[in-house]
Amino acid sequence: MAAKYELSDDSVVVVIGSGAGGGTLSNELAQKGVKVVLLEAGGRHEIEDFVNDEWGSFSNISWLDKRTTSGSWRVAKDFAGLPAWIVKAVGGSTVHWAGASLRFQEHEFKVKSTYGDVAGANLLDWPITLAEMEPYYDRAEDKMGVTGTHGIPRLPGNNNFRVLAAGAKKLGYKEFHTGNMAINSQPRDGRGSCQQIGFCFQGCKSGAKWSTLYTEIPKGEATGKLEVRPSSQALQIQHDDAGKVTGVLYADKDGKQQVQKARVVAVAGNSIESPRLLLNSASPKFPDGLANSSGQVGKNYMRHMTGSVYAIFDKPVHMYRGTTMAGIIRDESAFKPDRGFVGGYEMETLSLGVPFMAAFLEPGAWGRDFSSAMEGYANMAGMWLVGEDMPQEKNGVTLHASEKDQYGLPVPNVHFDDHANDVAMREHAYKQGSAVYDAVGAARTFRTPPYPSTHNLGTNRMAENARDGVVNKHGQTHDIKNLFISDGSQFTTGAAENPTLTIVALAIRQSEYIVDQMSKNEI
Amino acid sequence: MSKTMMDRRAFLAASSAAGAIAVVASGNLVIGSNGAWAMSTKALSGDEAAMLVRMARATYPHPMLDDAIYGKVIHGLDEKASADPALLRSLQEGAATLKAKKFETLDEAGQTAVLKEIETSAPFQTVRGECVVGIYNNPDVWKVLGYEGASAELGGYINRGFSDIDWLQDA
Repeated sequence: MAAKYELSDDSVVVVIGSGAGGGTLSNELAQKGVKVVLLEAGGRHEIEDFVNDEWGSFSNISWLDKRTTSGSWRVAKDFAGLPAWIVKAVGGSTVHWAGASLRFQEHEFKVKSTYGDVAGANLLDWPITLAEMEPYYDRAEDKMGVTGTHGIPRLPGNNNFRVLAAGAKKLGYKEFHTGNMAINSQPRDGRGSCQQIGFCFQGCKSGAKWSTLYTEIPKGEATGKLEVRPSSQALQIQHDDAGKVTGVLYADKDGKQQVQKARVVAVAGNSIESPRLLLNSASPKFPDGLANSSGQVGKNYMRHMTGSVYAIFDKPVHMYRGTTMAGIIRDESAFKPDRGFVGGYEMETLSLGVPFMAAFLEPGAWGRDFSSAMEGYANMAGMWLVGEDMPQEKNGVTLHASEKDQYGLPVPNVHFDDHANDVAMREHAYKQGSAVYDAVGAARTFRTPPYPSTHNLGTNRMAENARDGVVNKHGQTHDIKNLFISDGSQFTTGAAENPTLTIVALAIRQSEYIVDQMSKNEI
Repeated sequence: MSKTMMDRRAFLAASSAAGAIAVVASGNLVIGSNGAWAMSTKALSGDEAAMLVRMARATYPHPMLDDAIYGKVIHGLDEKASADPALLRSLQEGAATLKAKKFETLDEAGQTAVLKEIETSAPFQTVRGECVVGIYNNPDVWKVLGYEGASAELGGYINRGFSDIDWLQDA
């Protein structure tokens, strides 16, 4: 039975956001007997509401509230009002994520020590090591049912994967397979196995892919400790004279403003909304926003070095059949500075349907060159390139000077300039990606520019020292003991890997710390 | 009725002209060059709409696609323009520019060159933006391009060829 709490109940933990971080944290706390109110800005759309329709799904579940962009990144030109492609719904972006669940490499927790100084980059070591994270990675993989871990078989390879694998083999790559995916390859945890539907980005119709929407959240509700409030947009975190947070002002499903009192507040609204909420919560006591004594709230925004390579062959591929992210080449993910850049990248299959291919293959393109590429759609294979990008202090989320949202609050502006290291890595990745397809006879290859950001990271980063970042190794803000950050915005650096597994592992770890600190009356 | 009635001679004459695609029968009626499709306009004149259909096809040229595919996009724009005077003016300007360049008489290379000149203009960007969704989000187009669309209700591809590629060596 789902719980129901009074607005005045100041013994609850309020979690803002129900995705990988907030959804997991809410369940973990509820399982440990903690009372949780989970505020989610989006509506509750269950599996039966998902549609195998790219634009239809996009308008149903995407975060489409007004945002602006600036900087030299191409997204600002191609998709000026859509810096990020993330979800506004219960389950957050675990509704549309691909499912790739990779652990960070050891050196990726200590990049400043490993890479040294990189001009223009605001590098910092994480205050946690891989060894400390391993038990939590274990639990996250088990919870999510990650293939290739815990004796769970890998998924079968679809056509898109088989083209990638054949090219990888010809090129001499060693580590390629169908990935570590939080998609059931066999029935597990009350959910069935993958039916190779495709449309992973539109919400998994079979429920084989892990999403907090139908795993963590109902499990948390079943404890009787978790109340989920959909269509409830957090507007401001409130505090007392002592500087402790006391509750959250939010707009409820009818647009009415409410204040939910709280013992602890955990923010997990993804890396644009989370810093925005802290900045919009500025007060006479905290004129620069909450938890911002370091000045790092909203800074160091990372989005991964990304790009895609699509290739057209002489014969059919039908890449859209089956798992969207159906396999990976990992050989380029290591740190090999002789390539001319620090960090590494992953090569992961990706497919888009015709509607999104038209929008994203080469945004703005027209004419015979483009239309003939679309005519090659059935013979196309594709991969996404995702690698570590450099944190830069100038990249980030700020409050817009004049544009306001539907609640009268400043909208976020997302600024991003590629770092020279990002550009060098992308060039290398495009070259290698094209080589994979050329090796198996591609007739044409395309260097597709980055999509609106799906991996939004770093804007409330974790740092040992309070002057370098917003939160400590537990995601607890350095400035306010009962305020936590529970999403990818706490990442110190981005690593080459898809972030969700690490977000989930951190949330499990954070739940233990919150319970410990509550039991000691520290918070 | 008489305004929208098709003038068969005008239709035939226009269809045989060089580069003619959509043609205007009369007034606010546009007929596809194979006669299999027609639309009537609300805000744009038939001439203007036909010109924009030609523009749409030249922007995303697919010889195998019927005029109806492009016409549907322009029909949607006409609908929007009927409630948006600024949009209507912009589209009319775009059509007038093409008319002045005798767009309908040009071959593909000539049409592309004209469009290149107006590539950054509002009317071109409006039509292009509508086309990129309107053409490629059309299930009739998916069939032509070999995209199968929704699959969940068909049980996915687990038994329908998710791994049926047969031309790869070593795969």
